[in-house]
Amino acid sequence: MADLSIVFAGIKAPNPFWLASAPPTDKAYNVVRAFEAGWGGVVWKTLGEDPAAVNVSSRYSAHYGANREVLGINNIELITDRSLEINLREITQVKKDWPDRALIVSLMVPCVEESWKNILPLVEATGADGIELNFGCPHGMPERGMGAAVGQVPEYVEQVTRWCKTYCSLPVIVKLTPNITDIRVAARAAHRGGADAVSLINTINSITSVDLDRMVALPSVGSQSTHGGYCGSAVKPIALNMVAEIARDPQTRGLPICGIGGIGSWRDAAEFIALGSGAVQVCTAAMLHGFRIVEEMKDGLSRWMDSQGHANLQAFSGRAVGNTTDWKYLDINYQVIAKIDQEACIGCGRCHIACEDTSHQAIASLKQADGTHVYEVIDDECVGCNLCQITCPVQDCIEMVTVDTGKPFLDWNHDPRNPYHVTA
Amino acid sequence: MIQPLSHLPHSQEDPATLAARFSDLAPPLNARQAHLEASRCLYCYDAPCVNACPSEIDIPSFIRNIHQDNVQGAAQKILSANILGGSCARVCPTEVLCQQACVRNNAHECAPVLIGSLQRYAVDNAHFSGHPFQRAATTGKRIAVVGAGPAGLSCAHRSAMHGHDVVIFEARDKAGGLNEYGIAKYKLVDDYAQRELDFLLGIGGIEIRHGQRLGENLSLSDLHQQFDAVFLGLGLAASKQLGLSDEQAPGLLAATEYIRELRQADDLSQLPVADRCIVLGAGNTAIDMAVQMARLGARDVNLVYRRGLEDMGATLHEQDIAKANQVRLLTWAQPQQVLLDDAGHVCGMRFSRTHLENGRLVIGAETFDLPADAIFKAIGQAFDDSALVDPLARELKRQDGRILVDEHLRTSVPGVYAGGDCTSLDQDLTVQAVQHGKLAAEAINAQLMLNVEAA
Repeated sequence: MADLSIVFAGIKAPNPFWLASAPPTDKAYNVVRAFEAGWGGVVWKTLGEDPAAVNVSSRYSAHYGANREVLGINNIELITDRSLEINLREITQVKKDWPDRALIVSLMVPCVEESWKNILPLVEATGADGIELNFGCPHGMPERGMGAAVGQVPEYVEQVTRWCKTYCSLPVIVKLTPNITDIRVAARAAHRGGADAVSLINTINSITSVDLDRMVALPSVGSQSTHGGYCGSAVKPIALNMVAEIARDPQTRGLPICGIGGIGSWRDAAEFIALGSGAVQVCTAAMLHGFRIVEEMKDGLSRWMDSQGHANLQAFSGRAVGNTTDWKYLDINYQVIAKIDQEACIGCGRCHIACEDTSHQAIASLKQADGTHVYEVIDDECVGCNLCQITCPVQDCIEMVTVDTGKPFLDWNHDPRNPYHVTA
Repeated sequence: MIQPLSHLPHSQEDPATLAARFSDLAPPLNARQAHLEASRCLYCYDAPCVNACPSEIDIPSFIRNIHQDNVQGAAQKILSANILGGSCARVCPTEVLCQQACVRNNAHECAPVLIGSLQRYAVDNAHFSGHPFQRAATTGKRIAVVGAGPAGLSCAHRSAMHGHDVVIFEARDKAGGLNEYGIAKYKLVDDYAQRELDFLLGIGGIEIRHGQRLGENLSLSDLHQQFDAVFLGLGLAASKQLGLSDEQAPGLLAATEYIRELRQADDLSQLPVADRCIVLGAGNTAIDMAVQMARLGARDVNLVYRRGLEDMGATLHEQDIAKANQVRLLTWAQPQQVLLDDAGHVCGMRFSRTHLENGRLVIGAETFDLPADAIFKAIGQAFDDSALVDPLARELKRQDGRILVDEHLRTSVPGVYAGGDCTSLDQDLTVQAVQHGKLAAEAINAQLMLNVEAA
């Protein structure tokens, strides 16, 4: 079996599956249950200065799919609402009892040097393996000058990171907010400040739905609501994009990345690792199904690694980064067209109407004598957009087949149709 | 009172037990189930289910409405195509119509969407505050509809919607036709046919006159003179005969006759029940008869058909219902003789074995006897000619013993339309009859409005 153990930013863990700073890691009871279930590490829910935060009721709301599957959860919960002293005591005990697991402590205190200088030694004294700076919380805390309010100002990110490196010997992971225009700016700032790693993404500003009877967004607190933070499988594409942007950035090359955002299966995790993550954090999937999901994640990942001949995570970490490039470097002469497996086709007509109404009129609907329809790709019209394959309810029914155009590789930089193409 | 069976005892079961056996065969979906089932619909384009629905209900659209919590919109969509969508949801052989065509019925997809159940859910739970369709401004035109079955009611409703005034002439005490008198009791429970009728009449402009029988106290000539158009939805009133001697003996009767009484009975324990019985036939009526007799308490129910299972008109789903109710399906046997006891009552039937020779059914020499104290004929219905005796009615062209109509449901007599089972067109199904009624109403409306413009 493949070796799942990792050393991430100097922190050892038996596997790359960590629980993110969130309700599942709020107290020793949960964290111990997580370790018993097999999680490789946890990021303890964010500690702050006393007095502890006070939370409202209710706190979560969800965006649902067609069959009530949860696509994403929105939350308006703040950092820990327990005292610093209780948290530190529990962290100390848990780390002592579970020495082989990664235990990271998430922190958020005011953007004042003195505040950080005070809390860091207390955290270090617990025996924790590292700290994660919560520069991402998008709700509540920014109104008090913390969380995303720091993460959105590169100078603050750099400054606070530097304080942490100054007053603490533990590895420092900077957790980034996605509620910015260019994630690389914040990552570079963390890098300049001396961060040992970045983790991303934190939650995305969101409102999941509106109660149309009461005319209030959800989750509601009485007759009001507020803007929350969105997480769960729906945010995975956004998180993957940001992870890849940092992984590709020459200015932060080599900076370890802990991938977070919608990870619920071994495949999700493998994708984050392929795009440059050295470890991953999970929250929503565990909140929906409990800690036991880590079993299938570990088993699935190691079996897939075995099937690919990857002895450890380093063997494929970042392997998809090099294949992620700017649009202008793509091969303009590459061509695929759709091919429908008529044996697998169930005749729903979705590919036809999608192409006919919204794309390139490249799928013909041929009415048969018995009243059914056969759907056929008109090769000359097909641009290879993938829409038919996406809308087809049958997996592997529509294949996008590479066409040999006989033309050489040509990118837009060198394409004569580009008025600014490179002539040399 | 079912005269041919007056010598038989009543069911030994108590009324509550019997009532439970005749409750909903396919219980309704609750909101959660409907939502789950609706989510299975792929919202096909040019959907095969719609092409398979004789009444052209936009199935993907109504299911999408259910899924988006718009149950009223779903019901309106259904009823706009099929005003009897509630009863069709219950009695349609969906297994050979929409659900057979459903792309999820494909071998790769496991099971069709339960379209019938979803349709029932939508119609049952729409809770319209008033009738969902509006009448057009009154036209002053009057339309006579003969027969208050599905075809007639459908024609009447659509005609009323177009602003015409409709008079329905019905021979029986209740409207509804086979929905009221002919469908197995457990398929249409809680007096649904009458509730649906009340809903349908809610549009206004429809009068029903009972006790009016064409060929007796009603003539097509008179109707043709008094009304601007006539629609005939006469159904198939005659039961086919075996052609055997002693066919009138006590103990032998048409299945439809018994089912009619069963449907109207307030207390099922007052019905005569055979201990051992034979049902002759192979269609859904034969199955309905056999299953209902089994549920009433008959110990030994044999359904006998002269050909094989694969030739039966009853769908596989219906055959399964029969088997689940301990009905024995005997095939390749042809009735030869009604066996009578000393009192002249039916005590059994003699059958000849049959087989195929070069594709032709051959009656063999071997015979066997089945004991039975009741025999039900369900070998098919025929058009009752006695309805068409006045001079104008006699002019109506026929095809295969039924009234000939074109695709607009026009008979050979101008101004006279016909639809449903009494016509030569399409299959004998409730949903088909509804479609005929609807199309006939459209054809009548187009013709009448054309006349208005010309005048």
